[in-house]
Amino acid sequence: MIGFWRKIYAKHDNVKAYSLLSPALILIILAMVVPMALMLSFSMFTQVSMMEIDYTFTFQRYIDFFQKSLLVTLLIKSIKISFLVTLITLITAYPVCYYIAFYVKKNKMLWLVLLTLPFWTSYLLRVFSWKIILGTKGVINSSLINAGILSEPLTFLMYSETAVVITLTHAWAAFALLPLYVSLEKIDFSLIEAGRDLGLSRLEVFWKITFPLSLPGVIGAILIIFIPTVGDYVTPALLGGIDGRMLSNMIQAYFGKINNIPMGAASATIMLTTVVLITIIVSNVTKKLTQRLT
Amino acid sequence: MNNSFIQINNISKHFVDVKAVDDVSFEIKEGEFFSLLGPSGCGKTTLLRLLAGFEYPTSGNLLIDGTDITALPPDKRPTNMVFQNYAIFPHLNVEKNIKFGLRKLGLSNDEIDKRVKDILTLVKLKGYEERFSNQLSGGQRQRVALARALVRQPKVLLLDEPLGALDKKLRDEMQLELRTLQKNIGITFIFVTHDQQEAISMSDRVAVMNDGKIQQLSAPNELYKNPENIFVSDFIGETNFLKAETNSSDGEFINVSIEELGEFKIKNNLNIPANSSDVVCTVRPESMMIDKEKSDWDICLDAKICQTSYLGEMTRFYVEAKGIDKIITVSSQYFNNQSFDNNECFISISLEDISILNKKKPVL
Repeated sequence: MIGFWRKIYAKHDNVKAYSLLSPALILIILAMVVPMALMLSFSMFTQVSMMEIDYTFTFQRYIDFFQKSLLVTLLIKSIKISFLVTLITLITAYPVCYYIAFYVKKNKMLWLVLLTLPFWTSYLLRVFSWKIILGTKGVINSSLINAGILSEPLTFLMYSETAVVITLTHAWAAFALLPLYVSLEKIDFSLIEAGRDLGLSRLEVFWKITFPLSLPGVIGAILIIFIPTVGDYVTPALLGGIDGRMLSNMIQAYFGKINNIPMGAASATIMLTTVVLITIIVSNVTKKLTQRLT
Repeated sequence: MNNSFIQINNISKHFVDVKAVDDVSFEIKEGEFFSLLGPSGCGKTTLLRLLAGFEYPTSGNLLIDGTDITALPPDKRPTNMVFQNYAIFPHLNVEKNIKFGLRKLGLSNDEIDKRVKDILTLVKLKGYEERFSNQLSGGQRQRVALARALVRQPKVLLLDEPLGALDKKLRDEMQLELRTLQKNIGITFIFVTHDQQEAISMSDRVAVMNDGKIQQLSAPNELYKNPENIFVSDFIGETNFLKAETNSSDGEFINVSIEELGEFKIKNNLNIPANSSDVVCTVRPESMMIDKEKSDWDICLDAKICQTSYLGEMTRFYVEAKGIDKIITVSSQYFNNQSFDNNECFISISLEDISILNKKKPVL
């Protein structure tokens, strides 16, 4: 039996390749392709009553989506929140990575581990701890009131868009650090010296050499943060209140309380398509901008 | 020509626990091809980086063409550098790499295009404008790096082991090309290398460095013929060291006892003191003669060949000679050991080929 397989392996390289790939392939088919296909097909059915679904194909759910201004508003808000989160994360994580990549000489790994240490605890725990920090009787408000700076607590901190943006930024920062660090670490420092040698100031060298060369990391960080935060529904549910609600909360409701599975599936498909389109556009625009820069 | 075009005055650069450059002073002439030669860690690259502005000296000052540049950042200095790994911007093509340094010079577009065209012709890279670094060979990358630095028409070009990454054949070609180029454009070149052959064949003058200090600064032939201390004598070419003691001295000449061979009168160029045992005699392998027959040279020793290595243009003999307790290396063009019976031979030395040096090296 072993001899038989050995012969097949020796003769057919592709058999070998497929058998090595097969665990991953099976997992992807079962956990990604099948659910996606199910979601796509459900988005074209109609919920008739609580328990009953009409299985005739229709695009009516998609038309419904764009006719309900609430859903469109929530989609735009989701994108806006994720966009803000991505931008803030990039602006804060980039200098940190730059510092570790170029100025830390020893124990770079230790620095990275220390920076990502808070992210070893559960996502939910971190979201709850922000509740403690941002709440009406939370750390920020009570210390400001005790110090006599405020008489009333700041209400915009909790159950608001701000709360969602702050929490998501903190929750995803670690994931931005790694791609940014890797791309900066790869840059040969003599390129930066060469830029200075050729008459450019530090700032010019940054925009014309360092930043363009770290672009793969920047785009990686954008994708890693933007994609999951658009669809996040835990943070908005716990900290968002009415103001901070995102489309994902609505999708969750369609599959649960509202019990309109086709509508939920259609909303999810629309969101997925939008996210894919936006990431393609963002990475292309970033590349174009950088080319213009250099 | 300005003889003190570049002035290096008492420059020291101390890192946390090392004195990379230790109180060095010398001057470089305008239009000179000047080499800094030494083993790795001798401070030559640090000195070059001090000139480029990537490091600032712990003490001392630097002048180029009369201007004190000690505290200037790299972008304000009249120098440009060819990096050891070439440091070609991987996201820009050849043309943009070369244009990179021109944008801050305030030139007109016509002037920029003309300069780029001229420099591409000079380094023979016409037709490669659109290529990226990863589409170029080592030699071509080196030319791009050279063009990028030269196109700015710096007063001084700094080269940090630019030929180190090339194979031998290409390296020899580039040595000649660099030398010709430098003579044609007349820019002062400061060339850092650990390769003594490279330094000797290209430079007008060479500064040999070790332990952060200049060991000797002279023309290449002087360096080879009249090394001033043991380090230089050992580092440049090959040398046999012979144990020696000085006896009486009479100004130009000094009486020296060499091992068990006897006492000889040797020219005393370096003012070696009399009655000292802190001295050593040196003789180059190729200045000795190896033969079957006894000769009438000043010294002729009975010897036995232990090993030979054939090097193409010459053969190197490792011999044990009577009275000398170290293996002596002799190079000769003519023989291989088949010419000798039982590996027995005579090696002959002429007194004028023996130099005497202090063991403790006096340093500039």
